[in-house]
Amino acid sequence: MAAPTTQSVPLKGKKGIYTKREDGRKFTDVRPMTAKVGIVPSADGSASFSTGKTKAIAVVRGPRTLHPQHMQNARTGILRVSYGMMPFSVEDRIRPGPNRRAEEIGKVTEWALSSVVDLSGFPNTVVDVFVQIPQADAGTRVAGINAAALALAHAGIPMKEMVSAIGVGKIDKTLVVDLDKFEDSEFHDAEGSTDIPIVLTSRKKEIALLQLDGKISVEEFKAVIELGKVACDDILKVQMDALKNAGDCKNG
Amino acid sequence: MAEKRQIVVPGETIVSGNEFLPGDGAYRDGEEVVANRYGIANIFEKHVRVVPVSGAYYPKRGNTIIGTIVDITFNGWLIDFGGAQNAFLPVAEVPRYVNKNEMAEFLNFGETVIVKVWDVKSRGVDVSMKMRGYGKIEGGMIVSVGSNQVPRIIGREGSMVRMIKDATGCDVTVGQNGKVWISGKDTDMEVAAKKIVEFIGCNVLVAGLTENVEKMIKEMGLKTDDVEVVSEDTDK
Repeated sequence: MAAPTTQSVPLKGKKGIYTKREDGRKFTDVRPMTAKVGIVPSADGSASFSTGKTKAIAVVRGPRTLHPQHMQNARTGILRVSYGMMPFSVEDRIRPGPNRRAEEIGKVTEWALSSVVDLSGFPNTVVDVFVQIPQADAGTRVAGINAAALALAHAGIPMKEMVSAIGVGKIDKTLVVDLDKFEDSEFHDAEGSTDIPIVLTSRKKEIALLQLDGKISVEEFKAVIELGKVACDDILKVQMDALKNAGDCKNG
Repeated sequence: MAEKRQIVVPGETIVSGNEFLPGDGAYRDGEEVVANRYGIANIFEKHVRVVPVSGAYYPKRGNTIIGTIVDITFNGWLIDFGGAQNAFLPVAEVPRYVNKNEMAEFLNFGETVIVKVWDVKSRGVDVSMKMRGYGKIEGGMIVSVGSNQVPRIIGREGSMVRMIKDATGCDVTVGQNGKVWISGKDTDMEVAAKKIVEFIGCNVLVAGLTENVEKMIKEMGLKTDDVEVVSEDTDK
Protein backbone atom coordinates (compact mmCIF):
# COMPACT_ATOMS: atom_id res chain seq x y z
CA MET A 1 0.00 0.00 0.00
CA ALA A 2 1.25 3.47 -0.91
CA ALA A 3 1.53 6.64 1.19
CA PRO A 4 -0.08 8.37 3.13
CA THR A 5 0.32 6.27 6.20
CA THR A 6 -0.47 7.19 9.77
CA GLN A 7 3.03 8.64 9.99
CA SER A 8 2.46 11.13 7.21
CA VAL A 9 -0.75 12.45 8.67
CA PRO A 10 -0.42 15.26 11.21
CA LEU A 11 -0.65 13.11 14.29
CA LYS A 12 3.02 12.36 14.75
CA GLY A 13 4.08 12.07 18.36
CA LYS A 14 0.55 11.60 19.66
CA LYS A 15 0.40 8.13 21.15
CA GLY A 16 -2.75 6.61 22.47
CA ILE A 17 -3.33 3.35 24.26
CA TYR A 18 -4.29 1.54 21.07
CA THR A 19 -0.88 0.60 19.70
CA LYS A 20 -1.50 -2.74 18.07
CA ARG A 21 -4.36 -4.35 16.19
CA GLU A 22 -5.58 -7.73 17.29
CA ASP A 23 -5.31 -9.33 13.87
CA GLY A 24 -1.79 -8.02 13.28
CA ARG A 25 -2.75 -5.59 10.55
CA LYS A 26 -1.09 -2.22 10.14
CA PHE A 27 -3.38 0.65 11.05
CA THR A 28 -3.74 1.56 7.39
CA ASP A 29 -4.36 -1.98 6.16
CA VAL A 30 -7.66 -3.13 4.76
CA ARG A 31 -8.70 -6.68 5.65
CA PRO A 32 -8.22 -9.26 2.84
CA MET A 33 -10.82 -8.59 0.19
CA THR A 34 -12.59 -10.82 -2.30
CA ALA A 35 -15.17 -9.90 -4.91
CA LYS A 36 -17.14 -11.90 -7.44
CA VAL A 37 -19.88 -11.04 -9.92
CA GLY A 38 -22.58 -13.25 -11.37
CA ILE A 39 -23.33 -15.25 -8.24
CA VAL A 40 -27.11 -15.30 -8.79
CA PRO A 41 -27.86 -16.61 -12.30
CA SER A 42 -31.54 -15.64 -12.39
CA ALA A 43 -30.89 -11.99 -11.56
CA ASP A 44 -30.00 -9.25 -14.03
CA GLY A 45 -26.86 -8.56 -12.05
CA SER A 46 -25.32 -9.86 -8.85
CA ALA A 47 -22.12 -9.66 -6.85
CA SER A 48 -20.53 -10.57 -3.58
CA PHE A 49 -17.92 -8.59 -1.70
CA SER A 50 -16.12 -9.44 1.49
CA THR A 51 -13.51 -7.85 3.73
CA GLY A 52 -12.24 -10.21 6.38
CA LYS A 53 -15.21 -11.79 8.06
CA THR A 54 -17.69 -9.27 6.72
CA LYS A 55 -19.55 -10.59 3.69
CA ALA A 56 -22.12 -8.84 1.53
CA ILE A 57 -24.12 -10.04 -1.42
CA ALA A 58 -26.04 -7.77 -3.74
CA VAL A 59 -28.62 -8.63 -6.37
CA VAL A 60 -29.98 -6.24 -9.02
CA ARG A 61 -33.30 -6.65 -10.79
CA GLY A 62 -34.51 -4.30 -13.45
CA PRO A 63 -35.05 -1.83 -14.92
CA ARG A 64 -38.68 -2.94 -14.67
CA THR A 65 -42.02 -1.17 -14.48
CA LEU A 66 -42.59 0.40 -11.09
CA HIS A 67 -45.71 -0.38 -9.13
CA PRO A 68 -47.64 1.26 -7.48
CA GLN A 69 -48.00 3.66 -10.39
CA HIS A 70 -48.03 6.82 -8.26
CA MET A 71 -44.38 6.18 -7.33
CA GLN A 72 -43.33 6.27 -10.98
CA ASN A 73 -41.26 9.17 -12.22
CA ALA A 74 -41.96 10.13 -15.83
CA ARG A 75 -38.57 11.83 -16.17
CA THR A 76 -36.33 9.04 -14.98
CA GLY A 77 -36.15 5.57 -13.56
CA ILE A 78 -35.62 5.30 -9.84
CA LEU A 79 -33.22 3.31 -7.73
CA ARG A 80 -34.54 1.35 -4.77
CA VAL A 81 -32.16 -0.28 -2.33
CA SER A 82 -33.03 -2.65 0.44
CA TYR A 83 -30.47 -3.72 3.02
CA GLY A 84 -30.77 -6.53 5.50
CA MET A 85 -28.65 -8.54 7.85
CA MET A 86 -29.39 -12.24 7.92
CA PRO A 87 -30.54 -13.63 11.29
CA PHE A 88 -27.37 -15.69 11.65
CA SER A 89 -24.96 -12.95 10.57
CA VAL A 90 -23.87 -12.11 14.13
CA GLU A 91 -23.44 -14.16 17.25
CA ASP A 92 -26.73 -13.23 18.86
CA ARG A 93 -29.53 -13.84 16.44
CA ILE A 94 -30.90 -10.79 14.63
CA ARG A 95 -34.66 -10.61 14.45
CA PRO A 96 -35.45 -11.02 10.76
CA GLY A 97 -37.32 -8.37 8.84
CA PRO A 98 -36.91 -4.65 8.37
CA ASN A 99 -35.86 -2.49 11.28
CA ARG A 100 -34.87 1.12 11.79
CA ARG A 101 -31.18 0.50 11.21
CA ALA A 102 -31.67 -1.60 8.06
CA GLU A 103 -34.07 0.97 6.65
CA GLU A 104 -31.56 3.76 7.25
CA ILE A 105 -28.64 1.92 5.71
CA GLY A 106 -30.76 1.02 2.69
CA LYS A 107 -31.63 4.68 2.18
CA VAL A 108 -28.07 5.84 2.67
CA THR A 109 -26.82 3.25 0.18
CA GLU A 110 -29.48 4.40 -2.26
CA TRP A 111 -28.32 8.01 -2.02
CA ALA A 112 -24.67 7.06 -2.42
CA LEU A 113 -25.38 5.00 -5.54
CA SER A 114 -27.85 7.50 -7.03
CA SER A 115 -25.01 9.95 -7.56
CA VAL A 116 -23.41 7.69 -10.18
CA VAL A 117 -26.32 5.72 -11.62
CA ASP A 118 -28.09 7.30 -14.61
CA LEU A 119 -31.58 5.94 -15.21
CA SER A 120 -32.89 8.79 -17.39
CA GLY A 121 -33.17 6.34 -20.28
CA PHE A 122 -35.75 4.26 -18.46
CA PRO A 123 -38.64 6.48 -17.33
CA ASN A 124 -41.34 5.02 -15.09
CA THR A 125 -39.15 2.10 -14.12
CA VAL A 126 -37.34 0.96 -11.01
CA VAL A 127 -34.02 -0.74 -10.50
CA ASP A 128 -34.13 -2.83 -7.36
CA VAL A 129 -30.95 -3.54 -5.45
CA PHE A 130 -31.10 -6.10 -2.67
CA VAL A 131 -28.17 -6.12 -0.29
CA GLN A 132 -27.89 -8.94 2.22
CA ILE A 133 -25.25 -9.52 4.87
CA PRO A 134 -24.71 -13.23 5.54
CA GLN A 135 -21.84 -12.59 7.94
CA ALA A 136 -21.04 -9.38 9.81
CA ASP A 137 -17.86 -8.16 11.43
CA ALA A 138 -18.40 -4.37 11.23
CA GLY A 139 -18.29 -2.33 8.04
CA THR A 140 -21.37 -3.98 6.60
CA ARG A 141 -22.72 -0.85 4.97
CA VAL A 142 -19.50 -0.18 3.08
CA ALA A 143 -19.21 -3.84 2.07
CA GLY A 144 -22.84 -3.65 0.96
CA ILE A 145 -22.17 -0.56 -1.14
CA ASN A 146 -19.11 -2.18 -2.74
CA ALA A 147 -21.18 -5.24 -3.62
CA ALA A 148 -24.10 -3.13 -4.85
CA ALA A 149 -21.86 -1.08 -7.15
CA LEU A 150 -20.48 -4.29 -8.63
CA ALA A 151 -23.94 -5.77 -9.07
CA LEU A 152 -25.24 -2.61 -10.77
CA ALA A 153 -22.31 -2.63 -13.18
CA HIS A 154 -22.83 -6.34 -13.82
CA ALA A 155 -26.50 -5.66 -14.57
CA GLY A 156 -25.43 -3.30 -17.34
CA ILE A 157 -27.03 -0.27 -15.68
CA PRO A 158 -25.62 3.00 -17.08
CA MET A 159 -23.25 4.49 -14.50
CA LYS A 160 -21.02 7.52 -14.86
CA GLU A 161 -18.41 5.82 -12.71
CA MET A 162 -18.00 3.18 -10.04
CA VAL A 163 -18.03 3.74 -6.30
CA SER A 164 -15.86 2.19 -3.63
CA ALA A 165 -16.52 2.39 0.08
CA ILE A 166 -14.43 2.06 3.21
CA GLY A 167 -14.88 2.60 6.92
CA VAL A 168 -12.12 4.67 8.52
CA GLY A 169 -12.06 5.45 12.22
CA LYS A 170 -10.22 6.50 15.28
CA ILE A 171 -9.45 4.18 18.17
CA ASP A 172 -8.46 6.26 21.16
CA LYS A 173 -5.90 8.54 19.43
CA THR A 174 -4.97 6.28 16.54
CA LEU A 175 -6.44 6.56 13.07
CA VAL A 176 -7.44 3.14 11.76
CA VAL A 177 -8.64 1.89 8.36
CA ASP A 178 -11.35 -0.77 7.97
CA LEU A 179 -12.51 -1.32 11.54
CA ASP A 180 -13.59 -4.75 12.67
CA LYS A 181 -16.31 -5.42 15.21
CA PHE A 182 -14.04 -5.08 18.25
CA GLU A 183 -12.67 -1.75 17.07
CA ASP A 184 -16.03 -0.48 15.94
CA SER A 185 -18.26 -1.23 18.89
CA GLU A 186 -16.41 -3.02 21.67
CA PHE A 187 -13.56 -0.62 22.33
CA HIS A 188 -14.68 1.75 25.09
CA ASP A 189 -11.41 2.64 26.86
CA ALA A 190 -9.85 6.09 26.87
CA GLU A 191 -11.29 8.18 24.02
CA GLY A 192 -13.30 5.27 22.67
CA SER A 193 -13.83 4.66 18.97
CA THR A 194 -15.07 6.74 16.07
CA ASP A 195 -16.35 5.25 12.82
CA ILE A 196 -16.51 7.16 9.53
CA PRO A 197 -17.87 5.34 6.47
CA ILE A 198 -16.69 6.99 3.25
CA VAL A 199 -17.94 6.33 -0.26
CA LEU A 200 -15.75 7.61 -3.06
CA THR A 201 -16.47 7.71 -6.79
CA SER A 202 -13.87 6.01 -8.96
CA ARG A 203 -13.17 8.67 -11.55
CA LYS A 204 -13.65 12.10 -10.08
CA LYS A 205 -12.82 10.91 -6.56
CA GLU A 206 -15.85 12.71 -5.21
CA ILE A 207 -17.39 11.81 -1.89
CA ALA A 208 -20.76 10.13 -2.40
CA LEU A 209 -21.41 9.35 1.26
CA LEU A 210 -19.83 10.45 4.50
CA GLN A 211 -21.13 9.49 7.90
CA LEU A 212 -19.67 10.05 11.34
CA ASP A 213 -20.32 8.13 14.49
CA GLY A 214 -18.25 9.40 17.43
CA LYS A 215 -15.94 12.33 18.08
CA ILE A 216 -13.02 13.60 15.99
CA SER A 217 -11.06 16.81 15.51
CA VAL A 218 -10.99 18.74 12.24
CA GLU A 219 -7.32 17.86 11.50
CA GLU A 220 -7.90 14.22 12.21
CA PHE A 221 -11.01 14.27 10.08
CA LYS A 222 -9.05 15.59 7.10
CA ALA A 223 -6.48 12.85 7.64
CA VAL A 224 -9.26 10.28 7.76
CA ILE A 225 -10.51 11.38 4.33
CA GLU A 226 -7.00 11.01 2.91
CA LEU A 227 -6.66 7.53 4.37
CA GLY A 228 -10.07 6.67 2.95
CA LYS A 229 -9.04 7.79 -0.51
CA VAL A 230 -5.99 5.54 -0.45
CA ALA A 231 -7.97 2.56 0.78
CA CYS A 232 -10.68 3.14 -1.83
CA ASP A 233 -8.06 2.87 -4.59
CA ASP A 234 -7.22 -0.62 -3.34
CA ILE A 235 -10.88 -1.57 -3.16
CA LEU A 236 -11.49 -0.25 -6.66
CA LYS A 237 -8.72 -2.53 -7.93
CA VAL A 238 -10.46 -5.55 -6.41
CA GLN A 239 -13.77 -4.46 -7.93
CA MET A 240 -12.27 -3.93 -11.39
CA ASP A 241 -10.59 -7.32 -11.19
CA ALA A 242 -13.88 -9.01 -10.37
CA LEU A 243 -15.64 -7.39 -13.33
CA LYS A 244 -12.84 -7.88 -15.84
CA ASN A 245 -12.37 -11.56 -15.03
CA ALA A 246 -16.06 -12.38 -14.85
CA GLY A 247 -16.49 -13.74 -18.36
CA ASP A 248 -19.79 -13.06 -20.04
CA CYS A 249 -21.70 -16.10 -18.84
CA LYS A 250 -24.46 -15.23 -16.45
CA ASN A 251 -25.13 -18.86 -15.63
CA GLY A 252 -21.56 -19.93 -15.03
CA MET B 1 -6.30 3.57 -22.73
CA ALA B 2 -8.18 0.37 -23.26
CA GLU B 3 -7.14 -2.00 -26.00
CA LYS B 4 -9.55 -2.81 -28.77
CA ARG B 5 -12.28 -5.21 -27.68
CA GLN B 6 -11.40 -5.05 -24.04
CA ILE B 7 -13.77 -5.36 -21.11
CA VAL B 8 -14.36 -1.96 -19.55
CA VAL B 9 -15.88 -0.88 -16.27
CA PRO B 10 -18.07 2.22 -15.76
CA GLY B 11 -15.88 5.30 -15.34
CA GLU B 12 -12.93 3.75 -17.11
CA THR B 13 -11.23 5.72 -19.89
CA ILE B 14 -11.62 3.83 -23.16
CA VAL B 15 -9.61 6.13 -25.36
CA SER B 16 -8.24 9.64 -25.26
CA GLY B 17 -8.53 12.20 -28.01
CA ASN B 18 -11.00 14.70 -29.41
CA GLU B 19 -11.31 12.85 -32.73
CA PHE B 20 -13.17 9.94 -31.11
CA LEU B 21 -16.94 9.93 -31.01
CA PRO B 22 -18.69 8.37 -28.01
CA GLY B 23 -21.58 6.10 -28.98
CA ASP B 24 -23.76 3.66 -27.02
CA GLY B 25 -22.48 3.11 -23.52
CA ALA B 26 -19.81 5.81 -23.64
CA TYR B 27 -19.57 9.51 -22.85
CA ARG B 28 -17.06 12.28 -23.25
CA ASP B 29 -15.22 13.76 -20.30
CA GLY B 30 -12.88 16.47 -21.57
CA GLU B 31 -10.29 14.79 -23.78
CA GLU B 32 -11.31 11.30 -22.81
CA VAL B 33 -14.03 8.94 -23.92
CA VAL B 34 -15.30 7.09 -20.87
CA ALA B 35 -17.42 3.96 -20.47
CA ASN B 36 -20.71 4.44 -18.70
CA ARG B 37 -21.62 0.78 -18.85
CA TYR B 38 -19.92 -2.53 -18.17
CA GLY B 39 -19.12 -4.39 -21.38
CA ILE B 40 -16.69 -4.83 -24.25
CA ALA B 41 -15.28 -1.62 -25.68
CA ASN B 42 -15.49 -1.50 -29.44
CA ILE B 43 -13.64 1.15 -31.45
CA PHE B 44 -14.62 1.29 -35.07
CA GLU B 45 -13.37 4.16 -37.20
CA LYS B 46 -13.22 6.63 -34.31
CA HIS B 47 -16.65 5.55 -33.16
CA VAL B 48 -16.48 4.22 -29.61
CA ARG B 49 -19.18 2.09 -28.08
CA VAL B 50 -19.56 -0.41 -25.28
CA VAL B 51 -21.31 -3.69 -26.10
CA PRO B 52 -22.99 -5.15 -23.02
CA VAL B 53 -21.93 -8.63 -21.91
CA SER B 54 -24.43 -9.07 -19.10
CA GLY B 55 -27.59 -7.58 -17.72
CA ALA B 56 -31.17 -7.14 -18.77
CA TYR B 57 -32.48 -7.25 -22.35
CA TYR B 58 -32.94 -3.94 -24.14
CA PRO B 59 -35.14 -4.28 -27.22
CA LYS B 60 -34.03 -3.02 -30.61
CA ARG B 61 -36.09 -2.49 -33.72
CA GLY B 62 -36.33 -5.63 -35.81
CA ASN B 63 -35.71 -8.03 -32.92
CA THR B 64 -37.79 -11.18 -32.67
CA ILE B 65 -39.01 -11.63 -29.13
CA ILE B 66 -41.03 -14.25 -27.28
CA GLY B 67 -43.35 -13.07 -24.53
CA THR B 68 -46.57 -13.64 -22.62
CA ILE B 69 -49.86 -11.76 -22.78
CA VAL B 70 -50.32 -9.89 -19.49
CA ASP B 71 -53.11 -7.46 -20.33
CA ILE B 72 -55.82 -6.86 -22.90
CA THR B 73 -56.71 -3.24 -23.65
CA PHE B 74 -59.47 -1.89 -25.91
CA ASN B 75 -57.22 -1.85 -28.94
CA GLY B 76 -54.49 -4.35 -28.32
CA TRP B 77 -52.52 -6.63 -26.02
CA LEU B 78 -49.70 -5.99 -23.56
CA ILE B 79 -46.86 -8.48 -23.71
CA ASP B 80 -44.33 -9.16 -20.98
CA PHE B 81 -41.03 -10.11 -22.59
CA GLY B 82 -38.71 -9.56 -19.63
CA GLY B 83 -37.74 -6.01 -20.53
CA ALA B 84 -38.09 -2.72 -18.69
CA GLN B 85 -41.52 -2.07 -20.15
CA ASN B 86 -44.24 -4.23 -21.59
CA ALA B 87 -44.61 -4.43 -25.35
CA PHE B 88 -47.84 -3.31 -27.02
CA LEU B 89 -49.39 -5.37 -29.80
CA PRO B 90 -52.20 -3.41 -31.52
CA VAL B 91 -55.14 -5.28 -33.08
CA ALA B 92 -54.14 -3.80 -36.42
CA GLU B 93 -50.84 -5.67 -36.22
CA VAL B 94 -52.25 -9.18 -36.03
CA PRO B 95 -52.63 -11.19 -39.21
CA ARG B 96 -56.40 -11.56 -39.15
CA TYR B 97 -59.51 -9.61 -38.29
CA VAL B 98 -60.24 -9.58 -34.56
CA ASN B 99 -63.54 -8.49 -33.11
CA LYS B 100 -62.71 -5.90 -30.47
CA ASN B 101 -65.34 -7.32 -28.15
CA GLU B 102 -63.83 -10.76 -28.30
CA MET B 103 -60.11 -10.08 -28.24
CA ALA B 104 -59.46 -12.79 -25.66
CA GLU B 105 -60.69 -15.32 -28.23
CA PHE B 106 -57.64 -14.63 -30.33
CA LEU B 107 -55.01 -14.05 -27.63
CA ASN B 108 -55.86 -14.63 -23.99
CA PHE B 109 -54.01 -13.90 -20.75
CA GLY B 110 -50.96 -16.08 -20.21
CA GLU B 111 -50.66 -17.18 -23.83
CA THR B 112 -47.24 -17.00 -25.42
CA VAL B 113 -46.48 -15.24 -28.68
CA ILE B 114 -43.59 -14.66 -31.04
CA VAL B 115 -43.58 -11.05 -32.22
CA LYS B 116 -41.31 -8.62 -34.01
CA VAL B 117 -40.22 -5.33 -32.46
CA TRP B 118 -41.60 -2.57 -34.64
CA ASP B 119 -40.69 0.55 -32.69
CA VAL B 120 -38.76 1.27 -29.50
CA LYS B 121 -39.52 4.41 -27.55
CA SER B 122 -38.29 5.23 -24.07
CA ARG B 123 -41.86 4.72 -22.85
CA GLY B 124 -42.54 1.37 -24.43
CA VAL B 125 -42.18 -1.01 -27.32
CA ASP B 126 -44.58 -1.58 -30.21
CA VAL B 127 -44.61 -5.02 -31.73
CA SER B 128 -46.21 -6.74 -34.71
CA MET B 129 -46.94 -10.30 -35.75
CA LYS B 130 -48.05 -9.69 -39.27
CA MET B 131 -45.27 -11.66 -40.88
CA ARG B 132 -44.53 -15.30 -41.53
CA GLY B 133 -43.16 -17.17 -38.55
CA TYR B 134 -44.79 -14.90 -36.00
CA GLY B 135 -47.86 -15.70 -33.96
CA LYS B 136 -49.18 -17.63 -31.03
CA ILE B 137 -47.09 -20.50 -29.65
CA GLU B 138 -48.78 -23.81 -28.95
CA GLY B 139 -46.96 -26.88 -27.66
CA GLY B 140 -43.24 -27.34 -27.32
CA MET B 141 -41.16 -25.84 -24.57
CA ILE B 142 -39.47 -22.57 -23.80
CA VAL B 143 -35.89 -22.38 -22.56
CA SER B 144 -34.64 -19.19 -20.97
CA VAL B 145 -31.04 -18.14 -21.48
CA GLY B 146 -29.54 -14.70 -21.04
CA SER B 147 -30.18 -12.28 -23.87
CA ASN B 148 -26.42 -11.84 -24.12
CA GLN B 149 -25.97 -15.50 -25.02
CA VAL B 150 -28.38 -15.28 -27.96
CA PRO B 151 -25.77 -14.44 -30.63
CA ARG B 152 -23.86 -17.62 -29.76
CA ILE B 153 -26.98 -19.77 -29.86
CA ILE B 154 -27.79 -18.46 -33.31
CA GLY B 155 -24.19 -18.76 -34.48
CA ARG B 156 -22.76 -17.15 -37.56
CA GLU B 157 -25.54 -16.82 -40.09
CA GLY B 158 -27.67 -19.17 -38.03
CA SER B 159 -25.23 -22.07 -38.21
CA MET B 160 -25.60 -23.13 -34.59
CA VAL B 161 -29.39 -23.08 -34.64
CA ARG B 162 -29.36 -25.02 -37.90
CA MET B 163 -27.14 -27.65 -36.33
CA ILE B 164 -29.58 -28.11 -33.44
CA LYS B 165 -32.51 -28.27 -35.82
CA ASP B 166 -30.85 -30.88 -38.03
CA ALA B 167 -29.69 -33.02 -35.13
CA THR B 168 -32.97 -33.13 -33.25
CA GLY B 169 -35.52 -32.52 -35.95
CA CYS B 170 -37.10 -29.87 -33.73
CA ASP B 171 -38.20 -26.45 -34.73
CA VAL B 172 -36.10 -23.92 -32.81
CA THR B 173 -37.05 -20.26 -32.64
CA VAL B 174 -34.68 -17.94 -30.80
CA GLY B 175 -36.09 -14.76 -29.32
CA GLN B 176 -33.59 -11.93 -28.94
CA ASN B 177 -34.83 -11.51 -25.37
CA GLY B 178 -33.24 -14.81 -24.41
CA LYS B 179 -36.27 -17.06 -24.76
CA VAL B 180 -35.89 -20.06 -27.05
CA TRP B 181 -38.93 -21.96 -28.25
CA ILE B 182 -38.38 -25.62 -29.06
CA SER B 183 -41.10 -27.65 -30.70
CA GLY B 184 -40.74 -31.13 -32.10
CA LYS B 185 -42.60 -34.33 -32.82
CA ASP B 186 -41.62 -36.07 -29.60
CA THR B 187 -40.63 -34.85 -26.17
CA ASP B 188 -37.32 -36.76 -26.11
CA MET B 189 -36.00 -34.72 -28.99
CA GLU B 190 -37.30 -31.51 -27.47
CA VAL B 191 -35.45 -32.31 -24.25
CA ALA B 192 -32.29 -33.07 -26.23
CA ALA B 193 -32.56 -29.72 -28.02
CA LYS B 194 -33.19 -28.01 -24.69
CA LYS B 195 -30.02 -29.56 -23.25
CA ILE B 196 -27.95 -28.35 -26.19
CA VAL B 197 -29.34 -24.83 -25.91
CA GLU B 198 -28.61 -24.73 -22.18
CA PHE B 199 -25.12 -26.09 -22.82
CA ILE B 200 -24.40 -23.27 -25.26
CA GLY B 201 -25.84 -20.75 -22.80
CA CYS B 202 -23.38 -21.88 -20.15
CA ASN B 203 -20.31 -22.07 -22.37
CA VAL B 204 -20.45 -18.91 -24.44
CA LEU B 205 -16.90 -17.96 -23.58
CA VAL B 206 -15.29 -21.36 -24.10
CA ALA B 207 -13.12 -21.56 -27.18
CA GLY B 208 -14.20 -24.08 -29.82
CA LEU B 209 -17.83 -24.00 -28.82
CA THR B 210 -19.02 -25.39 -32.12
CA GLU B 211 -16.80 -28.47 -31.81
CA ASN B 212 -17.98 -29.02 -28.25
CA VAL B 213 -21.59 -28.84 -29.32
CA GLU B 214 -20.91 -31.27 -32.17
CA LYS B 215 -19.30 -33.65 -29.68
CA MET B 216 -22.24 -33.31 -27.35
CA ILE B 217 -24.69 -34.09 -30.13
CA LYS B 218 -22.68 -37.20 -31.02
CA GLU B 219 -22.58 -38.30 -27.39
CA MET B 220 -26.33 -37.99 -27.24
CA GLY B 221 -26.56 -40.50 -30.08
CA LEU B 222 -27.85 -38.01 -32.59
CA LYS B 223 -26.30 -37.68 -35.97
CA THR B 224 -24.72 -34.40 -36.91
CA ASP B 225 -25.14 -35.10 -40.64
CA ASP B 226 -22.76 -33.15 -42.70
CA VAL B 227 -23.94 -29.77 -41.62
CA GLU B 228 -21.45 -27.20 -42.61
CA VAL B 229 -20.71 -25.12 -39.56
CA VAL B 230 -18.93 -21.84 -39.88
CA SER B 231 -16.75 -21.20 -36.86
CA GLU B 232 -18.29 -19.18 -34.07
CA ASP B 233 -18.92 -15.51 -34.06
CA THR B 234 -18.72 -13.31 -31.02
CA ASP B 235 -20.24 -10.28 -32.66
CA LYS B 236 -23.78 -9.20 -31.89
